[in-house]
Amino acid sequence: MACISADGTLSASGRAMLVALERPATEEEVAGVTRLPLFRVRSGLRELVAAGLVSQQGGRFVATGPQSL
Amino acid sequence: MTTVEEAPVARGLPRLGEPAPDFEAVTTQGTVRLTDFRGSWLVLFSHPADFTPVCTTEFIGFAGIYQKLQERHTELLGLSVDSVYSHIAWLRNIEDKTGTHIPFPVIADLDKKVATAYGMLMPGESKTEASRCVFVIDPEGVLRAMIYYPLTTGRNMDEILRLVDALQVADKNKVATPANWRPGDKVIIPTPNTVELAAERSSQDFIKKTEGYDSVDWYLTKKSLAP
Repeated sequence: MACISADGTLSASGRAMLVALERPATEEEVAGVTRLPLFRVRSGLRELVAAGLVSQQGGRFVATGPQSL
Repeated sequence: MTTVEEAPVARGLPRLGEPAPDFEAVTTQGTVRLTDFRGSWLVLFSHPADFTPVCTTEFIGFAGIYQKLQERHTELLGLSVDSVYSHIAWLRNIEDKTGTHIPFPVIADLDKKVATAYGMLMPGESKTEASRCVFVIDPEGVLRAMIYYPLTTGRNMDEILRLVDALQVADKNKVATPANWRPGDKVIIPTPNTVELAAERSSQDFIKKTEGYDSVDWYLTKKSLAP
């Protein structure tokens, strides 16, 4: 997993995405802030949503809480 | 006596102009789906095996064109029938021994699902390794070009860049590109598809109105693109 390791630890890219998602943002906006390729943002968002660290509202994503950092 | 049947090896190839086979795969940069690349061009390529000489030179070559592909809104994605741990060790070894960082993800296709879907396996060459294949997929997910090379022959990175350039120029300008075309060369305008249009293309009037066109005959006319 790119954003979350098997023991639940966030990678640097996972942490950067959560910081970018303190406010609702689109995939493209997250890619712009984190400077990650869009495909990695999409892949990472799937992981973060599956882990309950991010929620999706329409086309925007947002971190579910400060505890996620 | 029971016999164990071997799993059938798909020999079919994907088709140009049709949606590229979808996949979800473990890579060196996490689990990716083909749809994650939607909106960008994608060069998906396979190599026979990690820690092999020709593949190592190719990876250094792909890393060398990575920035140029990025400038063309094109992502790179490698694949072989190896584990992700083998990939990681090999990529680290390439960087350690040659100083070349591999910036693109590499699919660990141990179950050969992606290789089979894309016709990368050529049992006549190898029953365990993928051949040297290149697939160019457009931003809509349509397969636009395929290149197949044998195990013994490393690919030409300039040709892969040229192919991406040619496809993008063709799409943007509704033209075709001649043999050995390079960016900046003249391109081929669409061939007339009726007798009437062919006659118009052959007329002196057309030649007068289209200064700068290079017309061999009604079916072969080239023009320069605006810089």
